[in-house]
Amino acid sequence: MPALDQLETTPGATGSAGDASAPTMRTVAVAMSGGVDSSTVAAILRERGQSIVGLTMQLWNQRRLPELQGEGPRQHRCCSLDDVYDARRVAEHLAIPFYVINFERAFEQSVVRPFVEDYLAGRTPIPCTRCNNDVKFEQLLATARQIGAERIATGHYARVRHNAETNRYELLRAVDDTKDQTYFLFGLTQDQLARAEFPLGEMTKQEVRETARRLVLPVAEKPESQEICFVPAGSYVRFIESYLKEQGTAGGSDGGGMRLGEPGEIVTTSGEVLGPHHGLHNYTVGQRSGLGIAVGRPIYVVALDGEKNRLVVGDDAELRSCICEVRNINWIPFEAPDATLHADVRIRNRHQPAEAEITALTPTTARVTFTEPQRAITPGQAAVFYAGKQVLGGGWIE
Amino acid sequence: MQLNRQQIGGRADAVSARPASRVYLDYNATTPVDPAVLEAMLPFLGANFGNAGSVHTPGQLARAAVDAARDSVAALISAAPNEIVFTSGGTESDNLAIFGTVAQSTKPRKHVITTSIEHHAILHACDELARQGVEVTVVPVRTGPGLQGIVDPEEIRRAICPETILITVMHANNELGTIQPIEEIARIAADAGVCLHCDAVQSAGKVQLDVGKLGVDLVSVSAHKFCGPKGIGALYVRAGRQISPRAWGGHAERDRRAGTENVPGIVGIGKAAELARNLLVEDSARIRSLRDRLETTLLERIPNVRLNGDRNRRVPNTSNLSFPGAGGEALLIALDLQGLACSTGAACSSGSTEPSHVLLAAGLSRDDARASLRFSLGRPSTAADVDRAIEIVPSVVERIRALSPREQEAAAMHAR
Repeated sequence: MPALDQLETTPGATGSAGDASAPTMRTVAVAMSGGVDSSTVAAILRERGQSIVGLTMQLWNQRRLPELQGEGPRQHRCCSLDDVYDARRVAEHLAIPFYVINFERAFEQSVVRPFVEDYLAGRTPIPCTRCNNDVKFEQLLATARQIGAERIATGHYARVRHNAETNRYELLRAVDDTKDQTYFLFGLTQDQLARAEFPLGEMTKQEVRETARRLVLPVAEKPESQEICFVPAGSYVRFIESYLKEQGTAGGSDGGGMRLGEPGEIVTTSGEVLGPHHGLHNYTVGQRSGLGIAVGRPIYVVALDGEKNRLVVGDDAELRSCICEVRNINWIPFEAPDATLHADVRIRNRHQPAEAEITALTPTTARVTFTEPQRAITPGQAAVFYAGKQVLGGGWIE
Repeated sequence: MQLNRQQIGGRADAVSARPASRVYLDYNATTPVDPAVLEAMLPFLGANFGNAGSVHTPGQLARAAVDAARDSVAALISAAPNEIVFTSGGTESDNLAIFGTVAQSTKPRKHVITTSIEHHAILHACDELARQGVEVTVVPVRTGPGLQGIVDPEEIRRAICPETILITVMHANNELGTIQPIEEIARIAADAGVCLHCDAVQSAGKVQLDVGKLGVDLVSVSAHKFCGPKGIGALYVRAGRQISPRAWGGHAERDRRAGTENVPGIVGIGKAAELARNLLVEDSARIRSLRDRLETTLLERIPNVRLNGDRNRRVPNTSNLSFPGAGGEALLIALDLQGLACSTGAACSSGSTEPSHVLLAAGLSRDDARASLRFSLGRPSTAADVDRAIEIVPSVVERIRALSPREQEAAAMHAR
């Protein structure tokens, strides 16, 4: 039987009389987290008459680190049973097929372990980007295709368009600049962008809420979550400590090669020792408070020296820099830039993109030279290059 | 049985990824209530609403129906009516059997034996026993090829010690369908003077079940596995065998299970038991031939498929197959979207799936366990259902294998 064709159209359309009215539209999988954004995506596509399937990823077992239980508002963290329940209720409300898929193994390998390793190595990671690249638009998309949905829609605020001239897919900032999430999506490949739908990219958050209310979605009034989904109450330090403890006992080794950062020295940029630190994973570049030392002027974390296990501090001026190197770059509207590029570069999520010159060193590495010094350029974060609304690409700050 | 969309969700959609018609091959999960069962129950949800514990005439009418149902359930398993305790279902029956037996024992140290392929209603109850200080031995099953998924009675014998107070072994496994050698185990238990409980939730109504011949002390059954309603089951308690109640209240069920009798449910299980008993021979022969045709055809048409569980010693309605290279989760969803309902391992609380403990216990690798599907047939199953499954499954397996991330990696490597 011509199975592939059938799977790509509405399943069950096998030619019997009852199926005559069945649409031949391709099914789209909606990644549903149980939040208002992805729920509204499902509702919008449903309202448009799109054939859709709701998929919720089970990424992390909240019961795994029992000592973190009871911290923070549990109901608004992803993968809590409450969120899966919310996603299911929305799917029931919309009368669409809905499935929970277990990606706990992939999530731990691709997101959680690198997150912990980065902190231990003195970097400040962005787990959401890894999750998008390696889980949502990789594993989930693969599963979506296996079950007959060739495209995947998410609640991201971003836009994708196809450029007929270059025959490439382009990533654009959301219409609602305050909600734009392209900073987390720069790593999407052409194939991933070709299969992505971001219906909220054209809407403001206000419009999304109103749509959710108009369609009487069960999550219309649900508050937003800005936290890292697997880290309770925003305390990544406690998460790392619990995770390493669990790995130590569960793995029967020293945490699979990972060890909690040892205490070390706090030094100034000129090498003066100011006191002890509690392990580098406790600090991020740009941090001011919580250092436990007083020198009579504001001092900030300037760098985390993983090799020497030193926390380097300095004044505000020392925190500013014009140059950084970026690796593992994904270019979007072109394979690789022909020459030096001028772009606005964002170095953290809420950072106002700053003018810079980008010099490609190899097809996937570049030197970024800002016109004005930027505060707290942080290894482990992403540098994302914009030309106006368009995302040219991005990579990881060394 | 072909169900239409109205029957499934009650919402006829102009546009949905849901197919218009469905084939249901998941009767081990649950069965529809037989129309005759529904008809028998309806008066007890309406005019005959009496409490079976009341003295007056409405109460007597309810009591008469409960007594008749008890006769019928007893007849299904060749027991006496006073050996039947109605419960809320298989899980409660299992828990009552286990905790009721342990609480009854006066031994200072207590030991319970079970197997690695039991339902969670048994295994998780045994976990709780262990937390309470009872020693628990979980006996493995044979990992095949011969007698795969079947416990070796000698393993049970070896596990018995002076402290052993209970052996609990299922009759038919819910995932593999394999039938356990209960008679042999019963002889071993009797020699040692140990109580034997048998979870027969997946065999009652599917194969002949004679508690006397089996030689068991306690047996759990559940109505919704044989075309009765959900929320009603029974525990057989051999005459003379004492169990402590797990809930205290009135004197229902001879003080063994307090609580107002679920009269409509009890009437339902009674009628369902009567039908199952009358139709058993006919149903099982027909279902077996459908199952065999489905299984043989899938094994022929799909490359690299493996049958899990011993081929001969199993209930006639179940077929468990591994499709290496195709994830069971994706298989299950893709088949559902094509209108075929079947099952992978047991679903966890969030609705997603972990590899089945039964398949792992039967010796499958985690990957193969994840790549497995259970097809289970029932009284409403038709030749058309099997035809449709044979039409759908091979192409879905092929697609999922071709699009599995591992395959694509391999293809990409090849291309380089």
